[in-house]
Amino acid sequence: MLPDKSGHFGEFGGQYVPETLMYPLQELIDEYARARRDPAFRAELRELLADYAGRPTPLYFARSLTARLGGAKIYLKREDLLHTGAHKLNNTLGQALLAKRMKKPRVIAETGAGQHGVATATAAALFRFECEVYMGEEDTVRQALNVFRMELLGARVVTVTAGSRTLKDAMNEAFRDWVTNVRHTHYIIGSVAGAHPYPMMVRDFQSIIGKEARRQILKKEARLPDVLVACVGGGSNAMGLFYPFVRDEGTKMIGVEAAGHGLNSGAHAATLVKGSKGVLHGALSYLLQDKDGQILPTHSISAGLDYPGVGPEHSFLKETGRAMYVGISDKEAMRGFSLLCETEGIIPALESAHAVAYAAKLAPKMSKDQIMVVNLSGRGDKDVDTVRKVLGK
Amino acid sequence: MTRLSKSLEDLGRNNEAALICFITAGDPDIGMTEQLVVEMDRAGVDAIELGIPFTDPLADGKTIQEASERALAHTITIDTVLSSVKKLRKTTDVPIVLMTYCNPVMQYGIERFASQCGRSGVDGVIITDLPPEEGGEWIKHARKNEVNTIFLLSPTSTEERMESVGRQATGFIYCVARIGVTGAQQSLPTDLKQLVRKIRQRTDKPIGVGFGISQPEHIRSIVNDVGADAVIVGSALINLIQDSLKAGKDPLEVISKRVAQLKKATRRNG
Repeated sequence: MLPDKSGHFGEFGGQYVPETLMYPLQELIDEYARARRDPAFRAELRELLADYAGRPTPLYFARSLTARLGGAKIYLKREDLLHTGAHKLNNTLGQALLAKRMKKPRVIAETGAGQHGVATATAAALFRFECEVYMGEEDTVRQALNVFRMELLGARVVTVTAGSRTLKDAMNEAFRDWVTNVRHTHYIIGSVAGAHPYPMMVRDFQSIIGKEARRQILKKEARLPDVLVACVGGGSNAMGLFYPFVRDEGTKMIGVEAAGHGLNSGAHAATLVKGSKGVLHGALSYLLQDKDGQILPTHSISAGLDYPGVGPEHSFLKETGRAMYVGISDKEAMRGFSLLCETEGIIPALESAHAVAYAAKLAPKMSKDQIMVVNLSGRGDKDVDTVRKVLGK
Repeated sequence: MTRLSKSLEDLGRNNEAALICFITAGDPDIGMTEQLVVEMDRAGVDAIELGIPFTDPLADGKTIQEASERALAHTITIDTVLSSVKKLRKTTDVPIVLMTYCNPVMQYGIERFASQCGRSGVDGVIITDLPPEEGGEWIKHARKNEVNTIFLLSPTSTEERMESVGRQATGFIYCVARIGVTGAQQSLPTDLKQLVRKIRQRTDKPIGVGFGISQPEHIRSIVNDVGADAVIVGSALINLIQDSLKAGKDPLEVISKRVAQLKKATRRNG
């Protein structure tokens, strides 16, 4: 079973953090191990996911999209229908329960698109935690609606003006807050990134997506899908979908990264496709960096994918060849966005639109009896302003 | 034995603690960094810590973040810093320690970094986000090249970690005075004495205290009451350099005066 005891997926992962964080990470490892074995914890999380968050989410056969593309049968895993509008809540509810067990009255989070920030603010409101969310200045502008949602939920949004003013810098600031307030604060990392145990723990909380999808497709089609497609920024929705299928070797797994202005433009966030190995935010993984090991600025139309790192287990899946990673440009993502609006009446998040766009490329090359599951990780209400600007309306 | 270990030993015998001064290499430029090292040496500093800038210094507060950004603006690399140290070695034997983050070292190559440090006259290295658990390869190559591996302990470190980190650290143990990021503070944390005593019980390595130390009175208290072997001052000096540049004063003169004041405070009152 991966990761190993010290949090490594092969050479990836681990705990590359300042000394002050070693103890809180161990505390979290221990508490999570106890919670996992505790039937009361599992029951409480199960009930919250069902009655509060709205699980299971449907696995929807996208008939019109399938007909339009004329190839594989496309199913959409509807995480966009989850409370707060994205898969992020699966993880924040789990971690909020852990924070409660650890008696930490304050939670913090980083956010890019704001979906994880909203999901953290939501869990904090539910559990009456004090909550601060770090968000890059550029993202507070392009995802202004989510800033307001977090504030309505009682969270304080801290605008980060350092560095590239996006997700990476928000995560730096969240780490700095954690290292300062660690005695009474739990850091709810939103992706399968960071130091051990985060990549494992967030994967476990998100793997409900794949567990449900596997059961649902077996019920509907009496067989496993040929392909899974999900977008990858840090990689939490993709890992959530992929993980329960890892041993199903007949099912291909494809992660879709943000190719921004193009994979060779220097303005993208395609970490696994174009990056190299290194250490950022506590783990060894693929990174976008220069030859001196400085982290490069990234670009994506979607704030949630605009990140120069990626979860270490994705690096492992790439290295072992179990999963494949591709890039979709801003323009292609916009076409995917419109395609889903028109064919299915579903407005996807710009992050998820990357997965839809790749599905639209791949499906026509597959036969009609093949099956593809696309993770619709979030809904696009938050992106309407960005899209309006791009379309010049 | 490195210059650093020798210096700490001599000072201990002399009833003095070491004053270690941190500046970010290349801030405001690498020529000024070299001059600052020479000036601080003249003013009585016992060791110099040079920061190699990284784009994402998540253990550092505003002062060192901004210093790193200024240094990166003119592309300061590991090689730039190593060749400065090499140059300085022609004129000074002051112990020099480098401080950086894991990723620049990893891209440079861990083995190559250790051997180039040895060859350039670097006495020790602190890698902020590399705890000994992940540092096996680094420790091996640093030992081979007689470069000290300085690891950190903090108020959140368990007693077991104080022992295991203490075993892997050479040169000195960097005791993080307070939980939090780097940056000048007005006062010392009240539990510092206890922390240093706890570490002292579990290791015989010298203990250097840093994070938030800015004033001579802090140093006097750390030397006489807390009982550490070294104090590290960083952000306070960087602020001073910036302030003097802005005021049109010569930073070399200002820093030299300040270092002499700080050094005076490291002598134990008999």
